[in-house]
Amino acid sequence: MNRTMQSELTQFWVSLSTTPLLWLTLTLLAYQLGIRIFRRFGANPFLHPVLTAVAALVLLLKVSNTDYQTYFSGAQFIHFLLGPATVALAIPLYREIEVIRKAFVPIAITVLVGSLTAIVSAVGLAWCLGGERILLLTLAPKSVTTPIAMGISEKIGGLPSLTAVAVVLTGVIGAVLGDLVLDRLKIHDETARGMALGVASHGIGTAQAIQRNQTAGAFAALAMALNGLLTAVLLPILIGCLAG
Amino acid sequence: MLAYLTLILVCQLIGEIITRVTKLPISGPVIGMVILFCWLVLRRKMPSDLEKVGSFLLRHLPLLFVPAGVGIITHLDFLARSWAPIAAAILIGTVLTIAVTGAVMQFLNRRHLPDVDEPHHAE
Repeated sequence: MNRTMQSELTQFWVSLSTTPLLWLTLTLLAYQLGIRIFRRFGANPFLHPVLTAVAALVLLLKVSNTDYQTYFSGAQFIHFLLGPATVALAIPLYREIEVIRKAFVPIAITVLVGSLTAIVSAVGLAWCLGGERILLLTLAPKSVTTPIAMGISEKIGGLPSLTAVAVVLTGVIGAVLGDLVLDRLKIHDETARGMALGVASHGIGTAQAIQRNQTAGAFAALAMALNGLLTAVLLPILIGCLAG
Repeated sequence: MLAYLTLILVCQLIGEIITRVTKLPISGPVIGMVILFCWLVLRRKMPSDLEKVGSFLLRHLPLLFVPAGVGIITHLDFLARSWAPIAAAILIGTVLTIAVTGAVMQFLNRRHLPDVDEPHHAE
């Protein structure tokens, strides 16, 4: 009796856990749980909804002994939207077109220097501490917004899923320490503060900048988009030069 | 709305085709973003329905990172092995990038835009 019940339960679980619906739904639920926790604790950047959602889902997969392929067969429907969302980043970029025109030279130089700093510091530090080649390639695009970073990582031979995690952690670190660093360096110019957060910490940094000041927010969004574009062009060429 | 969702997908599709044909090391969606940006520049106006589709896609942008993030489950041994270089790159690298970027922009602003130089001090 007990045994048949158990085997029926197992059967039930097996059939349910392989439908795309289960993991698609659980991903949405985990993210919304993440948002609730984030808001409950006063938008503490350390409790970024993505971190909570990923942790909860990894735990669920481990406990239920489900492999990533099974999970992804459901979650791929969300993952697919990364491509169109990247294309849609052209919209906020276009909104700032007048600002870009006016301050084009400072913005261009700053994004170039910032982008190179982000790449070289990530690769250099990881290399100094004995990181292997695939890890360096994985970390190189870490300051760029996730859809672009994963695309770059895939192109240059990194591990896109590990890049995604590094990107989220980079965003969180920037949001937590950014204001502290900028205050310490007496950088009070709001355009400069926005650029710094946008270049170094993409969308999560931009969200932080918007909370503080409108100008900083606009420049962060702009810096994020430009840095994404520049890194997508620059990094494969840099890697090509180093490898070639 | 449907027309602009299609427009976004067409931009991405053209991007994918370009990256495959030319073997450019840039991802298809990034080229798609450039195409859409150029389209907007030429059109000189933002269709409100495009803004609606865009804000739908971008409002929950962080959610779209979750499936990829869960992929960490396949790299747990990698993380355990290489936590030091990963932590250094992310922690020190990000702080350094913020410092350098902020300093360069503030310096250039003072030189290029002397009239709008007066910084708005945060309270």
